[in-house]
Amino acid sequence: MRKLEPLQFYSETLPGVDVSELQGKLIVIEGPDAVGRSTQVTLLHQWLEQEGHAVLDTGMARSALAGKGIQMAKEGNTLGPITMTLFYTTDFADRLENEIVPALRAGFVVLIDRYIFSIMARATARGENRRWIEQVAGFALKPHAVLYLRAEVEQLVSRVVLGRGAFDYWESGMDLRFGPDMYESFVRYQKKLIQALDTMVEPYEFTVIDASQPVPKIFRELQRQVSRLRLRRMPTARPPSRKARS
Amino acid sequence: MSLFVPNRYRGKLIVVEGIDGSGKSTQLSLLSHWLRSQGFAVAFSEWNSSPLVRETTRRGKKKEMFTPTTFSLIHCTDFADRMESYILPLVKAGAIVCADRYSYTAFARDVARGVSRRWVRNLYRFAIHPNLAFYFRVPLDVALGRILGGRDAIKYYEAGMDLGLARDVEESFRIFQGRILDEYEAMAEEMGFHVIDATQSIEEQQRHMRDIVMSEIGGDLKNGILHAPEGGEFHAQARTAPVL
Repeated sequence: MRKLEPLQFYSETLPGVDVSELQGKLIVIEGPDAVGRSTQVTLLHQWLEQEGHAVLDTGMARSALAGKGIQMAKEGNTLGPITMTLFYTTDFADRLENEIVPALRAGFVVLIDRYIFSIMARATARGENRRWIEQVAGFALKPHAVLYLRAEVEQLVSRVVLGRGAFDYWESGMDLRFGPDMYESFVRYQKKLIQALDTMVEPYEFTVIDASQPVPKIFRELQRQVSRLRLRRMPTARPPSRKARS
Repeated sequence: MSLFVPNRYRGKLIVVEGIDGSGKSTQLSLLSHWLRSQGFAVAFSEWNSSPLVRETTRRGKKKEMFTPTTFSLIHCTDFADRMESYILPLVKAGAIVCADRYSYTAFARDVARGVSRRWVRNLYRFAIHPNLAFYFRVPLDVALGRILGGRDAIKYYEAGMDLGLARDVEESFRIFQGRILDEYEAMAEEMGFHVIDATQSIEEQQRHMRDIVMSEIGGDLKNGILHAPEGGEFHAQARTAPVL
């Protein structure tokens, strides 16, 4: 795995962020819906804390600014593809500036469940220009590692059916109007997402993890990848808080 | 790559731009009434008025949560929603859509806030190219006099208070509007703005606007644009009031 020191932005810089101050590590878990990302993030979080690291984990639509707004927008039936892309990018920017960057400054290991790549995959699956969204999200920091949990769509289907037991409207890409059947739509949509993520493996230096394996085996492989980053312990690190305002 | 998506549809898009207090909203309102009175289907869309995004913008402004980047992104999200669910379908259907502020507002305001010019221009690349973009040119002091004279207190982001330009709200507003004005002036030629002298009387400005509409798209208006049935008027409005 290539070591980036200090962290860099992709194509734009964020006003007010000096990358040389960012001492922490940025680790991203990517993968399609129902592939088991959040289980692995939870396991990694616990393990890293036991190892003595200060850990922050964050994921899509969890920002203080836009998290609620996105949930509300998804409950209606009028959320267009470009609007969705930009709403998620707003959510990401808020977390990057107010959670991720402060945590990196404080030397945290930041674990992110889905990064800009999921936003980009959803956008391209909906026919948007790849170049456009790459530039829109160009203010993202290049992670130290992008661990891509990859599975075939059949495995995702069995996880959805055995786990939640029902297909979700958005995870099935029903807004793409493939047809009235949620299962068929899920299969078509998730295939598109997997295809889109696959095309990012090389340019964005993803580490591909076979997510068809049992949970403990995937976890061991993730541990191996994370260990290669040679994380430094920061015993004095304090949890970051949202910037106080006058 | 071009700045916007060309408008290949029957309908037309007319936008007005300028700093606060330039009088552009008054002029657009007069123009749209006039077009409506001629029987054209006229729709209206205002900056920052998407019902889908409203709560988030309100929340961010109230709690002062925005950075230049998120301020820029949420306004573009708002714009995207209006573009996807309102402006574009109406232009396709053959209406004249009148927009009070368009992407140029972000090009001026977000850059004045310190956001990269190249990035914000790429952000709006999905927008359709207006058929006419009017820019209301006004000296800073004239606009400030209009604003500071007769209205409610200037709000935090409106005054650019997030930039720490000055402690005093009015002073900050003055500096920030000055920067925005500079950005408008710098892009006026490149963007092909039709410049209106906003120090003229309301009637003179309106006459000038109508002349430009007729000379630029008058021919197209005769064919293609959706007309109201005899006696009735088509009144499309933005669905909700804007969030200020």
